[in-house]
Amino acid sequence: MQNFETVEVTTDLLILGGGMAACGAAVEASYWAKKRGLKVTLVDKAAMDRSGAVAMGLSALNMYVGVGEGDNTPEQYVDYVRNDLMGITREDLVYDIARHVDSTVHLFEKWGLPIWKDENGKYVHEGRWQLMINGESYKVIVAEAAKNAMKAAGGEIFERVFVVEPLMDGDRVAGAVGFSVRENKFYVFKAKAVLVAMGGAVHVFRPRSVGEGLGRSWYPPFNTGSSAYFTMKAGAEMTCQEVRFIPVRFKDAYGPVGAWFLLFKSRATNALGGDYMVERRDELEKWAPYGLVKPIPANLRNWLGMLDMREGKGPIYMRTEEAIQNIAQSAGDEKAAKKKLKELEAEAWEDFLDMTISQAILWAAQNIKPEERGSEIFACEPYFIGSHSGASGAWVSGPEDVAPPEYFWGYNRMATVKGLFCAGDAAGASSHKFSDGSHCEGRIAAKAAIAFIVDNPDQPKVDPKQVEALKERILKPLALYEQHKDLSDNPDINPNYIKPKMFMFRLQKIMDEYSGGYSSDFTTSAKMLERGLELLQFLKEDSEKLAAADLHELMRCWENVHRMWQAEAHMRSILFREETRWPGYYFRADFPNMDEKNWRVFVNCKWDPATGKWEMMKRPVLNFITASK
Amino acid sequence: MPSYVILEKCDGCKGQDKTACQYICPNDLMVLNKETMKAYNRAPEMCWECYNCVKICPQQAIDVRGYADFVPLGASVVPLRSSDSIMWTVKFRNGEIKRFKFPIRTTPEGSAVPDGGWETGSDDLKSPVLFTEPGSLWLKEVPTLKK
Ligand SMILES: Cc1cc2nc3c(=O)[nH]c(=O)nc-3n(C[C@H](O)[C@H](O)[C@H](O)COP(=O)(O)OP(=O)(O)OC[C@H]3O[C@@H](n4cnc5c(N)ncnc54)[C@H](O)[C@@H]3O)c2cc1C
Ligand code: SF4
Ligand code: SF4
Repeated sequence: MQNFETVEVTTDLLILGGGMAACGAAVEASYWAKKRGLKVTLVDKAAMDRSGAVAMGLSALNMYVGVGEGDNTPEQYVDYVRNDLMGITREDLVYDIARHVDSTVHLFEKWGLPIWKDENGKYVHEGRWQLMINGESYKVIVAEAAKNAMKAAGGEIFERVFVVEPLMDGDRVAGAVGFSVRENKFYVFKAKAVLVAMGGAVHVFRPRSVGEGLGRSWYPPFNTGSSAYFTMKAGAEMTCQEVRFIPVRFKDAYGPVGAWFLLFKSRATNALGGDYMVERRDELEKWAPYGLVKPIPANLRNWLGMLDMREGKGPIYMRTEEAIQNIAQSAGDEKAAKKKLKELEAEAWEDFLDMTISQAILWAAQNIKPEERGSEIFACEPYFIGSHSGASGAWVSGPEDVAPPEYFWGYNRMATVKGLFCAGDAAGASSHKFSDGSHCEGRIAAKAAIAFIVDNPDQPKVDPKQVEALKERILKPLALYEQHKDLSDNPDINPNYIKPKMFMFRLQKIMDEYSGGYSSDFTTSAKMLERGLELLQFLKEDSEKLAAADLHELMRCWENVHRMWQAEAHMRSILFREETRWPGYYFRADFPNMDEKNWRVFVNCKWDPATGKWEMMKRPVLNFITASK
Repeated sequence: MPSYVILEKCDGCKGQDKTACQYICPNDLMVLNKETMKAYNRAPEMCWECYNCVKICPQQAIDVRGYADFVPLGASVVPLRSSDSIMWTVKFRNGEIKRFKFPIRTTPEGSAVPDGGWETGSDDLKSPVLFTEPGSLWLKEVPTLKK
């Protein structure tokens, strides 16, 4: 094997990831760090301009409260999120983001993000909480501000470095290790505090398309569970690992439906024209109180549609033609209607072109005109995205002025491991923060991390033996490949190793078939999960035999190890929670009902680095914020 | 083939050590073949069709052919991105063409000022007030719970 240089970087705050939360963290940390002469370092596996879930752009800011305008209160946002998550949410965390998020949105606007305005200069709302944007360059603009802030504060940015593992000094995080995907360099980052913001996970479950369209998951194929892996390996307590997200999107290309439902007020109906949201109202009673609140929780909307599909009433259609006609007609005379139609057409296409270009290709390839006929919508596959309508992530401390003692341990957004901070998809039980709320949470976490560093100014110790062992382990797939590759005619087929691609397919097959993926109609049971965990154990053993021909494949190896850990935490958590709480996301066939008495709690889990054992636990759901009082 | 390189147009970014498409791809897919000096997508089935390589290529040498396992042939969607707007040309399977132009930013490239011009006087690391607040909230103070 070729030689790998070890590059050591010593810093105060280490930010892992370069997405929305990391960019927020970079901007905020730079301000506080500069004042105190501290150093901030950021590491991203890709190019910050276009990395993470916003790489393509977006067409909406999904979280805007309008506190300054007096439109809504943070308390009202808490009500909305708690209900959407069927009662399971950390109110302190959601409140915290809701009180700060507008500040981030106003910064975006100053930086150059075009936010739609009406004739009175007010933001155009897509729905109550969402603002419309021309968001093709959303990520470029947000990254630019982050880079400018880092530069002014003397910070350092590493791109194309894949972060693998945490470095530990006892019970305190001491940094991270990873490797460059461009040159033979092994990186050792030593830090006083680490802020994890490496997004969520996709391709843990088998995606709907497994040919060329394998990469066309709704969630980007390049977010692979690194946040979850990193925090778990550090020994942090995790929460809501069972709360996956399954969006309903336009079928196959996964184009967004938000603008259609909220802005264009479109209905979805089954193929017979029936509106399942009306026809299946009785079903909602079963999931009371959450099923009876408006808006109806996302998982229940999924569920009603799925019930129609099971009864042979599919496909389900977004009735775009009806929505467009309604809006055009309400415009007044024929001329006004025509003009309105033209506007709507551009808005509808921009919605795709800004964030799911594949959907535009698919519509063009099927000669679809939304004003003439509806388009199929469909449940995607499960994803882990705690910032959206899922909730998985680390169990973090809340803000001192809001969190009750059960939810507070010293520093806002610090996990249960000293010096380890989390934001965006990395922080759990605080859904519906989306892109701008994640940026805002990055800011919150960064400020607290700087406070931690000021209070704990000593550099944690890093044992050189620990580093050497990690280096050997992380580069092992390259060594294994070199050692055995000449045995067979085909470099991918060899009894001594497994390549990351087939490894990923094996994981996806286990998850899909045993853990409630799309092929099992999102349904599972204890026996299925137990069998799945058995098969996962073989996979875990075989992960020691992952092989890589080059640096790119080495990254693929570790991405899949990260996914595998996310998968295990997920299965264990679904198994532990003996009820069905989020039908539409998953269904426990052996516990088909919701059990408020026993299970209105958080399911948390922890992997113990000392023993290698998992611990499952319940944590209380406390209600102390409500707008309706 | 999601994103693909039009061989005739690609000049390998003139042999610089970093090509534009390789620099930008969030999934590390675009690579340069050092022998032919042409770029290629090394794992099209892992491509998100995010179009970032298409938008950045100085030669307009990258296009996208919709995923063949579910997209009928014959359509294309082509962007042309400038510093303040993007123009899209959507070609339908039946030959129809639509063009759309949208703004992409309101400020000159590179000009984003981190504090957005808001006052940043705060020096209290332990308070919940972020560095541009309360000004950037359009409020006089950061809300807190009325306990
Ligand atoms: C298709 C889609 C549509 C969406 N639409 C909207 C919308 O309209 N409005 C809205 O507000 N929100 C929307 N969201 C949600 C929004 O994108 C996320 O909430 C937000 O991006 C989360 O921020 P994050 O920082 O946690 O993760 P990301 O922004 O995804 O950032 C993750 C970062 O981590 C890096 N990374 C990952 N692994 C590693 C590793 N091992 N080493 C180093 N770096 C690593 C990545 O390169 C990236 O920089 C959408 C999401 C998707 C997927
Ligand atoms: S950016 Fe364009 S010209 Fe440059 S290497 Fe890639 S395809 Fe070729
Ligand atoms: S379209 Fe996006 S994911 Fe595909 S190769 Fe280009 S930059 Fe990479």
